[in-house]
Amino acid sequence: MTSTRTLAAAAVALVLAAGTAAARDLTITSWGGAYQAAQRQLYFEPFQKETGIKLVEDTWDGGIGVLRTKAQGTPVWDLVQVETDELEMGCEEGILEPLDWAALGGKDKFLPAAVHECGVGAIVWATILAYDGGKFPTGGPRSWADFFDTQKFPGKRGLRKGPRQALEFATMAQGVPPAKVYEALRAPGGVDKAFAKLDSIKKDLIFWEAGAQPPQLLASGEVVMTSAYNGRITAANRQDKRNFKIAWDAGFVYQIDSWVILKNSPKKAEAFKFVQYVTRPENQAKLPALIPYGPTHVDGGKLVPAEFAVEIPSSPQNLPHGLFFDASFWVENLEKLNERFNAWAAQR
Amino acid sequence: MATTAVAELRRALRRAERRKNLGGLVLALPLTAFLVVFFLLPILGMLAKAVDNHELATAMPRSAEVLRSWRGLGPPPEPVVAIVASELREAHVRRQSALVAQRLNREQAGWRNLILSTARRLPESPQGSWLETLVALDPQWGEPAIWAGLRRAAQPWTDIFLLAAVDLQRDDHDAIVRVPPDQAIYLDILVRTFWISGLVTLFCLILGYPLAYLLASLPERWANPLLILVLLPFWTSLLVRTAAWIVLLQREGVVNDFLLRAGLLAEPVALVFNRTGVLVAMTHVLLPFMVLPLYSVMRGIPLSLTRAALSLGATPFSAFRKVYLPLSMPGVAAGCLLVFILALGYYITPALVGGAADQMISYFVAFFTLQTANWGMAAALATLLLLATLLLYWLYARLVGIERLRLG
Repeated sequence: MTSTRTLAAAAVALVLAAGTAAARDLTITSWGGAYQAAQRQLYFEPFQKETGIKLVEDTWDGGIGVLRTKAQGTPVWDLVQVETDELEMGCEEGILEPLDWAALGGKDKFLPAAVHECGVGAIVWATILAYDGGKFPTGGPRSWADFFDTQKFPGKRGLRKGPRQALEFATMAQGVPPAKVYEALRAPGGVDKAFAKLDSIKKDLIFWEAGAQPPQLLASGEVVMTSAYNGRITAANRQDKRNFKIAWDAGFVYQIDSWVILKNSPKKAEAFKFVQYVTRPENQAKLPALIPYGPTHVDGGKLVPAEFAVEIPSSPQNLPHGLFFDASFWVENLEKLNERFNAWAAQR
Repeated sequence: MATTAVAELRRALRRAERRKNLGGLVLALPLTAFLVVFFLLPILGMLAKAVDNHELATAMPRSAEVLRSWRGLGPPPEPVVAIVASELREAHVRRQSALVAQRLNREQAGWRNLILSTARRLPESPQGSWLETLVALDPQWGEPAIWAGLRRAAQPWTDIFLLAAVDLQRDDHDAIVRVPPDQAIYLDILVRTFWISGLVTLFCLILGYPLAYLLASLPERWANPLLILVLLPFWTSLLVRTAAWIVLLQREGVVNDFLLRAGLLAEPVALVFNRTGVLVAMTHVLLPFMVLPLYSVMRGIPLSLTRAALSLGATPFSAFRKVYLPLSMPGVAAGCLLVFILALGYYITPALVGGAADQMISYFVAFFTLQTANWGMAAALATLLLLATLLLYWLYARLVGIERLRLG
């Protein structure tokens, strides 16, 4: 009896011990796929070589709730690349460490939108309208109105699951110019109109969650056009020799992703060292050659070779069609609209 | 004399029996301990999470106390408001206002901002009354809704998650009402979960019964290798099998390609990211769970019985219907129950091959756990699924009879 109990206790102890790894390596979480592959080649591996700090990677698809879960107790992640609204909310809720800006070279060295108490800009990226050039020999969609026009362009469409960017695009599709989109969404009934627009093509929508999915959906012919992160489309063209097109002039939403360190991270010092490494202008400028996301360091922007600069959202020919993601609108409305979007998507 | 000997013998027998039982119990002890620690306790923990309401009491203890004893509609009397306002400010300084904000946001999406922005801007002392100060910061503080919400958050336990799981909520008078139709999704999803599971069970039975019959009627040296083929899918990860279905069923996938080339289709049809994909993939994944109990029961049915029926003049069909089918029913019952209950909890397959309107209840449990960290809601949905499953099991036991189940 006693020996059985000891045995059982020992077994339980063993299982519990296996679950709690004693000392873990610096853990960096990014967005997976072609983007993280580029980061691995340019930042993760050279950083380990240069500093001797070992790091492990994880992947996520965003969400403030995920951050909250990961930040509980001793966090299992140290560094995370987050979107602007997650940065704002996470900082306000006290789950992110404030950054030492002096050690990053000073706030004036970065684009104003890349500077935050708890985060520093990692990349400038965009959600764009993409399609397979081969599928439209007579010319593809040229506007978000075309995206919502299943008569003119029959077939399924891919859209990121959740209200972010979807509502912006649905508003642009009603003929609202990019600069007026948030004004329209804040106006009474603006969100209702956007949902009604989404509802008009609901049966033709396929929702994606991970950034790696849109190029796959296009490649397999599952959708004829899709919203996508711009870099994934260019990467698919370069690496898999696809003929995907980006309709820059249809309008796009661009935003800045930031590096943040989770509160109480046991690897805070190492994490900050990585942030310093990755935000060096010469390191930021290497990224567009692999995947066209723009630098947030002012000097980094100048170092990007001209041939790659045209493909980043902030290039002079692309920028006029862009809409800068309004974090304050989303911080204010995200949870309410998430709930509404989920209920809408789950109903037939 | 004889009676005492019998009694003695009986006692000895009972003692031996008890020793044997005790031995069995000791042997089962590790498993029992394992089940209690890793199965029963987590389930109880989950049930507790569904009614957990500690946030306000943790961050603003005095407010929780006064709000509990306050009755009525609309902004409460000034002393209560004063305690709430000053404690909200203190909570902000201690960086605990986010806890309150998250809890209130469960009552109504959007209250997170109300709490956080108010906490940030609250002055140390009121301008006029505390209520006027709050209303000046945000007019919502003058309305009954937020105060009713705070009172609900102040209680030791909450039922909002359990109510929300069946599309109900509490209004400003704390009466139970239906949620607005554009938010009512969980009952639909529960029905959908049962419907999909039922269809998958039916398809598994239709496909599995003849297969099991074939296997049972073959000589063993043929049946065994074929049985291994049935088990083969278990050697591949569920994720891989599901991903393989995407490759097969997608628009330019193998199935569509074949049908187009064969001239059976003019246009590729949508087979994946919709209900069709979910049913096909789930039926495939769960088929072995139907075949195995059927096979083991059918193996025990002597073929001579059907032959006897035939020799007595029954048609092959009536011999099957009147002799073989009733004898195989325990296997059918076991297979159906097994497949149905496994299907109820399916998550990854519908998530990968289904569309947004094909997700089952587990998807939402995962969504609330992983995406929004709303564990109350996740626990409430899981509880709902557990209760519905138990109810169904009870009904099944009443209708079919659990003693008729045979897994082998």
